[in-house]
Amino acid sequence: MTANLEIVVALIALAPFLAALIAPSIKVFAGGFAGWVLAIVPAAIFATFLGFIPAISDFSVIRVGLNWIPAYGISFSFFVDGLSLVFGAMISGIGTFIVIYSGAYLAGHPHQGRFFSYILMFMGSMLGLVLADNVFTLFVFWELTSITSFLLIGFDHSRQAARRAAIQALIVTGGGGLALLAGLITLTLITGHNSLTGMLATAGGVQENPLYLVVLLLVVVGAFAKSAQVPLHFWLPNAMEAPTPVSAYLHSATMVKAGVYLLARMNPVLGGTDAWFWILTLFGGATLLLGGLMAVRQTDLKQMLAYTTLGSLGLLVLLIGFGTKEAILGAILYLCAHSLFKGALFMVAGTIDHGTGTRDITALGGLRENLPVTFITAILAAISMAGFPIAMGFLAKEEMYLALTQGSWPDLAFLAVLIIGNALMMVVGLLIAFKPFLGPTVPTPHSPHEGTPSLLVGSIVLAVLGVCAGLATDWINTAVLNPTGGSIYNRAVNAQIHLAFDLGNPAVWASVATWILGGLLFWKADAVRNRLRRAGEAIGWTFDAGFDALMFGLIRFADRITRLLHHGRLEWYLLLMFVCLAGIIYVPLLVVDSLPALPAWPELTFYEWGAILIAALGLLAVLTAKTRLTAIVALGIQGFSVAVIFMLFGAPDLSFTQFMVETLTVIILALVMTRLHLDDVDHRDLETAVRDGAVALAFGSGIAVLLLVVLQTDLDLTLTEFFRQTSTPIAHGRNIVNVILVDYRAIDTLGEISVVMAAGLAILALIKLRADAKGKRRGRRRGAIKGSLQ
Amino acid sequence: MEVALAGLIGLFLSAAAYLMLSKAIIRMLLGVAILGNGVNLLIFTVGRLTPEVPPIVPAGETLPLAGSANPLPQALILTAIVIGFALLSFLLVLGYRAYQELDADNTDTMRIAEPEAAPRPPLSY
Repeated sequence: MTANLEIVVALIALAPFLAALIAPSIKVFAGGFAGWVLAIVPAAIFATFLGFIPAISDFSVIRVGLNWIPAYGISFSFFVDGLSLVFGAMISGIGTFIVIYSGAYLAGHPHQGRFFSYILMFMGSMLGLVLADNVFTLFVFWELTSITSFLLIGFDHSRQAARRAAIQALIVTGGGGLALLAGLITLTLITGHNSLTGMLATAGGVQENPLYLVVLLLVVVGAFAKSAQVPLHFWLPNAMEAPTPVSAYLHSATMVKAGVYLLARMNPVLGGTDAWFWILTLFGGATLLLGGLMAVRQTDLKQMLAYTTLGSLGLLVLLIGFGTKEAILGAILYLCAHSLFKGALFMVAGTIDHGTGTRDITALGGLRENLPVTFITAILAAISMAGFPIAMGFLAKEEMYLALTQGSWPDLAFLAVLIIGNALMMVVGLLIAFKPFLGPTVPTPHSPHEGTPSLLVGSIVLAVLGVCAGLATDWINTAVLNPTGGSIYNRAVNAQIHLAFDLGNPAVWASVATWILGGLLFWKADAVRNRLRRAGEAIGWTFDAGFDALMFGLIRFADRITRLLHHGRLEWYLLLMFVCLAGIIYVPLLVVDSLPALPAWPELTFYEWGAILIAALGLLAVLTAKTRLTAIVALGIQGFSVAVIFMLFGAPDLSFTQFMVETLTVIILALVMTRLHLDDVDHRDLETAVRDGAVALAFGSGIAVLLLVVLQTDLDLTLTEFFRQTSTPIAHGRNIVNVILVDYRAIDTLGEISVVMAAGLAILALIKLRADAKGKRRGRRRGAIKGSLQ
Repeated sequence: MEVALAGLIGLFLSAAAYLMLSKAIIRMLLGVAILGNGVNLLIFTVGRLTPEVPPIVPAGETLPLAGSANPLPQALILTAIVIGFALLSFLLVLGYRAYQELDADNTDTMRIAEPEAAPRPPLSY
């Protein structure tokens, strides 16, 4: 049984990627039914997850893994517990309807097959992320969701706005992923485990570790970037550039919930401290209020929903930061409720857009006749969003209000934030459910028509589920809340959610307050929107504009640095190089105080002194030569002196070679250079000459000093001894230098010959190229003359 | 005696660097030639100097004379001399052709690869 389960878990993680591989072909064969065919994959995964419920409801986990990089103990491992099960079920369940919906929404789009591929890959990445056990596996899938969401958001890549939104999402969430990686590595070092199960098993020690705050901040940055918390929230509304199915999927069950998942997952390891409480609640609260206010301000249906998603994410983060049992249970309930109603509402918005050609709420009205099914679906979804009784949203709100009506003042402050945020989101839900459908009919770009079954089925199922969930509280308690809460808390939890409307309960009054406030704001929605717009214009600055400023600033900065270092002036490149070389030699010598002792005056014979002196004179002559010919001849002097030095110190082979090469060099230089009409004198003025001279001296003397340091150490003569001992007995040669070259290092010599040959060929090509070009030009001219004669 | 050569090597490398810092191609070429010689001498000196006795095994013996020169640096330098010559010839022709094409011996006026007015990176998505 266990072996079978492991295979099933591995299949779940793999199946979406396999489906993505064949999706374009299925599109070709199945045509308009491709969505229904491909939806089998997520539906099967969803059914499998439901089958897991009995296995994990008693707080146990299913693990599966294979070694990936054994040297670092990194394995490709997955596990299923309550938390991953809830997320996995949402991802696959809602994914099923999204795939069906995309089949109809993008019908006739030339790249629909590619779209299916992207969205299935994204689904696979999300599933891998919530199922991953090893933290590095988790990171890989985390970044895969960033990359696949980049592809989805930028799907309509011919529009600049889509490209910008895609890049923005990639940079924010991918950059957050890097922070997360650093946090996970530090966490691995602290706990000694790189698997989540291992970390959870030893949870409790991390909070006292001195590195705790570092880990917390890094993980929180990763989660906040993904879950769009203030101030990293701006990418999410822009991601609305994606086709509506993508928005519905990214914003309801996936992408943005990944950060929430991570925080919930890390709760036993990192949670429970003051830092955790304040960071999560403050940022979550700020995101909730900002999202709610901005949502009311919008007129585009998708933008309104996007900002409420922001608010919902803030709400979830706040609840996880709060951390009491009621708060966590409320968060789980809200998570599920939000996925259902937000998925449904996005699909409703897409259906309205599809049926009328516009998404502007002020340009819509009276659609109830033409889109009756959509109207009812929207109302059902809005009931859950507004938290009216028996809907899942109501259960969630009651539980979270219960968590915050326990007494002390921060609780009450957060309660106020929650009531305001929920009221604002309720306004948006009501606006979307009623404004486009009631009132006088407004002319729209298309004549309004109801969506096809493929467009409607998803939103109907999700909306109905969201409302009816309140009737199945027992099942929710045992199948969802207990295992999930157990995972978040790392110990068994006994949830007792039930549907009740008890007027003695303060949470009920908080709900009533929310409805009243929401109702009032809905009544005055237009006035509120206008006032918020004016406020926004008064501020004038947005995070979104800040992102542009940052990106373009980065490009300008890179441009400036490139121009500074890569200015195209050869002499400055060389100057910098020689200065750095001198610095590399002198600075360490001075820092560790290892300058060589002043050497004794060398004892040399007069002819040895003679050779050295002539070489030095030759160099001086090159430097001071007035004409080119003198310089070239002087070059010969120093070269021949080097040959003599080789001869004097027992290197006749070198000496002969040097004589020949130096002779050839002088002849060739003289032949070539005297043909050119070059400036004779050095162009350098005194100042430049002094600067170059100083740099050159620093470099040259540095090498000399370094050589003296090296000469004061003992030379390892092992290799030399080997060559001396073996050259005659083994290689049968008497000239050891020759034996080394043609026997021990024969391949090296072959390489040397190849280099010489390549240089010769290149020289030939350079000269021939010129000659051919001349020949052609001459040929053309001759042809022209011929032509003019005829 | 290594000390004297160390001084000479310093002189070689200083002269090479000074010539290479010039803007005239011909002087840079002279600098490269001198740099090659200086580095060869450097390798030679690091292998320690022994006067006059080459690393050759006399007839009938199996070992070279005691106090003969270190053969290893010599083998390395022999390769270096030849490759240095190939490089210098190539650079020479390259400089010659550059002069013919661009009519310039000054590196400041050779800006084809890195033109003064290079385009700015685009500021858009």
